[in-house]
Amino acid sequence: MSPTSPPEPVDPAALDSLRARLDEAAQTRLGRSLAIRHINTGSCNGCELELRALHTALYNLERFGLRFVDSPLHADVLLVTGPLTRNLKAALEQARGATPEPRWVVAMGDCAVDGGVFRGSYAVLGGAGVAVPVDLTIRGCPPAPAMILAGLRTLLEANSK
Amino acid sequence: MTTVKTIIRDAPVEVCRPWLRYDLRHDAWTSLARAAATEGQVLLALWADTMKVHALFLDHADLTIVAVSTSAADGWYPALSPVLPAASLFERMIHDLWGHRAAGATDMRGWLDHGAWLLSHPMATRPGPPVQPDEPHHIDPDDAMILPLGPIWGPLDEAAHLRLALDGPWILQAEVRLGFTHKGTLALMQGKSPRIAARFAARLSGDATVAHSVAFARATEAAMEIQAPPRAVALRIAMMEIERVAGHLDTLGEVARLAEAPVARSQCGLLRETLLRASDTAFGHRLMMDCVVRGGVAADIATPGPHAILRALGDIASQLPGIRRLHDAPSLSSRLVGVGRAGGALAASLGVGGVAGRASGVAFDSRNGFMPEYSRFAPRVAVRHDGDAAARQHLRIFEIEESLRLIGAALGDLPDGPVTVALAPVSGEGIGCAESVRGTVWHWLRLDHGQIAAVFPADPGWGLWKLAERVLEHAVADDIDLIRASLALPASGMDL
Ligand code: SF4
Repeated sequence: MSPTSPPEPVDPAALDSLRARLDEAAQTRLGRSLAIRHINTGSCNGCELELRALHTALYNLERFGLRFVDSPLHADVLLVTGPLTRNLKAALEQARGATPEPRWVVAMGDCAVDGGVFRGSYAVLGGAGVAVPVDLTIRGCPPAPAMILAGLRTLLEANSK
Repeated sequence: MTTVKTIIRDAPVEVCRPWLRYDLRHDAWTSLARAAATEGQVLLALWADTMKVHALFLDHADLTIVAVSTSAADGWYPALSPVLPAASLFERMIHDLWGHRAAGATDMRGWLDHGAWLLSHPMATRPGPPVQPDEPHHIDPDDAMILPLGPIWGPLDEAAHLRLALDGPWILQAEVRLGFTHKGTLALMQGKSPRIAARFAARLSGDATVAHSVAFARATEAAMEIQAPPRAVALRIAMMEIERVAGHLDTLGEVARLAEAPVARSQCGLLRETLLRASDTAFGHRLMMDCVVRGGVAADIATPGPHAILRALGDIASQLPGIRRLHDAPSLSSRLVGVGRAGGALAASLGVGGVAGRASGVAFDSRNGFMPEYSRFAPRVAVRHDGDAAARQHLRIFEIEESLRLIGAALGDLPDGPVTVALAPVSGEGIGCAESVRGTVWHWLRLDHGQIAAVFPADPGWGLWKLAERVLEHAVADDIDLIRASLALPASGMDL
């Protein structure tokens, strides 16, 4: 078993655009920690499997100040997985409505980014961006834990500037 | 006496490899359901195409499969649910997708269709206008408190809606509604070649991606009358068993987390992660998604693959006794014993297999009897009778041990040769299965000149959720999450 994985580099372009947005919001309440609420909008459960893997000690979420919470009320970030099904659109909008500002929406996995292979189905609207503004995307089907971590760290870096 | 055998004896047949499919008149279809219920035959799946409704039965006694069909050309067919409760959710799904009405059904409320689509009956020849969102509740007892849960559940869970009637801490009645993650998968698969459609089969359920891919590939290969080459077959076995180990570790860890056993939880999580990394090395994908194709596997195992996997298996083998001891210790076992108890007769009648079935005395595992490629490895199948969360945890530990042996055997004696065969665009019909982490998945399809004319994948979830409703009815509300995790209740695979 390998030791704790080295953190992946963050994407500079994504970082810049996030910093710009954060300056606009002029918010500093997040500090160097993020509370994340996961929202499943139609996932095949593959993305959830990798989120669970991210919880193992190997990825050491706490080291980065990342924690998962049970309620959107206590969340800074909504982490959305799965293509946005018509049957879950209202649930996503409700979750966003319940999340206090400033809030961030991360679309994780090809499905949440743009509908993935399910794009064009009568039952799928596309990615999370169809219903709510998306701040960051993490591609992959599913993205490996190291990629998810790199994406979430991008948000942290933007915050701690 | 009318038996299943006498009813089908004189019926016209169609070839549905490796079996026959019997075309029944409506009266014979109804008699067959009654005979099946009397004989203890199990309804594995009920689905449709634009003209007919099809059912798949299993006779546990002699391990035979009976596939039957009846006409839905006039927009209806006789319901099976009055005699076979396992048919109910399927009947609701069939109406939502194809518009065929199950006459006399016990329940005809929507299941997949929540009134949010821009059309109704999307799989029908002529879809209709959108339906009104329905009130999906049967439960409304006067004196009870109603607790609605979901569809967005706890973190990292699948989407499902549970409605519970409570009396103090006790659950009096439970009612489930799924379909939230319905993605229109059947419509996306239809009209495509099996090569393209396999991407959707692989995304029915992420934790059973290999099993669904294998069942789909086997159905395709049956319809085409070809067989994957021996090396591909052995690699598929290794992948299916790796998926089982990873899935069981995931469930063991989740149950341990909910039962407040952090040591067991983190051990299972670490071992699973080790295995996923080895899968990545060996097959190029941590979950082995898209690694199984019709006619074989997508690519040969990478050169460092076997070594990486055997090392991960070594880690797991060395720590499994410790995980078992933690489960035997009073702190964890007292939390699990008696929780989420499922009766054997109920599980059997609902067609529940997998760990949930085997922990309740249902001695069925499709690897023995329906997957001949396993016979040279002679998988050992354990059965328990307690039917509770503790029994399911112990069974999972046993099954991991057995899978470790099977993976070692498959990789240790890997036949030489190609990993795919060439396929011709032929017509035909076939059924394939695979034993997933939560029970058997069955795939049926009909090919028309190499393109999918009709397809249906049956996930174990159909039986599991019916079982869960009944299991919850004797539980305390505080145990809901634990029971859900212990039964490994899915959503996406059956939401289609
Ligand atoms: S991105 Fe891939 S793993 Fe994630 S929900 Fe979509 S199909 Fe499943």
